[in-house]
Amino acid sequence: MLSDIFQWIQGSILSPLVNLVVPELFQDEALLLLGILVKIVAILIPLLLSVAYITYAERKIIGYMQCRIGPNRVGFFGYKLLGLGQPIADAFKLIFKEIIIPSGANKTLFIIAPVLSFAPSIAAWAVIPFDDVSVLADINAGLLYILALTSLAVYGVIIAGWASNSKYAFLGAIRSAAQIISYEIAMGFALVCVLIAAGSLNLGEIIEAQSGSFLHWFWIPLFPVFLVYFISGVAETNRAPFDVAEGESEIVAGFHVEYGGMAFSIFFMAEYANMIMISVLTSIFFLGGWLSPLQGVPLLGSIPFLSDHGLIWLLMKTSLFLFCFLWFRATFPRYRYDQIMRLGWKVFLPITIVWIVIISIMVVAEIPPWFN
Amino acid sequence: MITQYIFYFFAALLIIAAGMVVTVRNPVHAALFLVLAFFSTSAVWLMLEAEFLAIVLILVYVGAVMVLFLFVVMMLDINLVPMREGFARFLPVGIIIALLMAIAMGSVFTAIYFNGAHLDVVTPTATDVNNSRELGKLLFTEYLYPFEIAGAILLVAIVAAISLTLRTGRSKKTQDPSAQVSVKRADRVRMVKMKSEKKSG
Repeated sequence: MLSDIFQWIQGSILSPLVNLVVPELFQDEALLLLGILVKIVAILIPLLLSVAYITYAERKIIGYMQCRIGPNRVGFFGYKLLGLGQPIADAFKLIFKEIIIPSGANKTLFIIAPVLSFAPSIAAWAVIPFDDVSVLADINAGLLYILALTSLAVYGVIIAGWASNSKYAFLGAIRSAAQIISYEIAMGFALVCVLIAAGSLNLGEIIEAQSGSFLHWFWIPLFPVFLVYFISGVAETNRAPFDVAEGESEIVAGFHVEYGGMAFSIFFMAEYANMIMISVLTSIFFLGGWLSPLQGVPLLGSIPFLSDHGLIWLLMKTSLFLFCFLWFRATFPRYRYDQIMRLGWKVFLPITIVWIVIISIMVVAEIPPWFN
Repeated sequence: MITQYIFYFFAALLIIAAGMVVTVRNPVHAALFLVLAFFSTSAVWLMLEAEFLAIVLILVYVGAVMVLFLFVVMMLDINLVPMREGFARFLPVGIIIALLMAIAMGSVFTAIYFNGAHLDVVTPTATDVNNSRELGKLLFTEYLYPFEIAGAILLVAIVAAISLTLRTGRSKKTQDPSAQVSVKRADRVRMVKMKSEKKSG
């Protein structure tokens, strides 16, 4: 369905436009570039909107969990609409605030740091398959690409902490960098289990390998790894209960303490975009991505709309994990720093390494229903 | 056509970044330029269809090694003045080393082993070949022995690094989490029962 829409856009809008404007020599390249640009916009706009509205969801959900109402005043055109206008109002406020650069700060790096933290979380979307044909870049090493890009997110944090020339920011940056590097290793090994189970690095093929029914998805054979991956994802995005990088009670607000206005909000958006990223990846690797959970179920599987695979299932699975992110934040107290390190190195890493051996044995023994 | 422009862009970026690594004054900036150099290298490798190597370069060097490197450079308070003092003194030695390296690199183009005539013309493979799969097959069949040796060397390095930094004995200040978790209220709090007192007078 998504690819049909794109075909229509390319056929009836882009190619006449290119024929009209671009000289004959460059028409093919121009069409290719414009096509990619349209796809990027089609991914980015919903992504940024979701980032805005996850902040609203977070405040509402945590509000209800704590017996409050949450934002309910700002609406549109005089109607309150449950406070749905709140994220837009917040965005306007942040855009019009002044960006203050501290006098001792390293100006260039201070400005570059938010960009560096936001860019990888957007770029990783290039390889995400939205249904069986819709993916921006269908590359063989998709999983490696994801790993490489998620490992880059730490630069924004480190550079922000260093360039601010403030001890709180620097402490936050050091904490966060050590934490991200530690959990990245457990995450990498968890993904090794996934790629052994799927026999491919391509995200589309990883999803195809899970087709059958919801019992064929990798969350059953890889259950401990599934938990390790998601929890490491929470740690990797510096979310509660692993948010020692911010640690309001100890180091004010961590690495972005000197940032204000839009520069701060870019960090904020990067954090939320990363949350969505981790949720999408967890649903792709362990819950079958865009596969319908009703596939292969005796009676329900024959209903035409419900058993169709598609974007809607991916979005629902993603929302489930996003809700968990918010739930964790409302529920758990912050970890102590040494406990975080212990959990990453002494609990998660051994579990994933042991599970690599177990999953390899399962794959070699061709244990049904997953690996036959 | 378009790939050529992309290649020239990243090649130029690589050369500029590599130049900045050695010329820039601030060590943190130098480390960041090194990151940029790795990036452009990986982009050039991607254009050679070596996608696995390109992404692993980013993953290992940019994502892990350079982060730790940057870490150390930021933590050390490097004073820049004494670093520049010996420049004139070491210049002759530096020039000699630079010349030697230039000769070594230049000899690649003339030596018999690297002569273009001895090399097969590289033809791009079909697009359905999976780069990572082919590399994996080679590593675990033909080059298994060197691969295992490299792994063993790395393991030795890990053990050495840990044993160098491991503190045992009196200076050890670690907590025992299992003991911490199993603490009962009675271990920490003493409930005192007493009668309420009245203010006298």
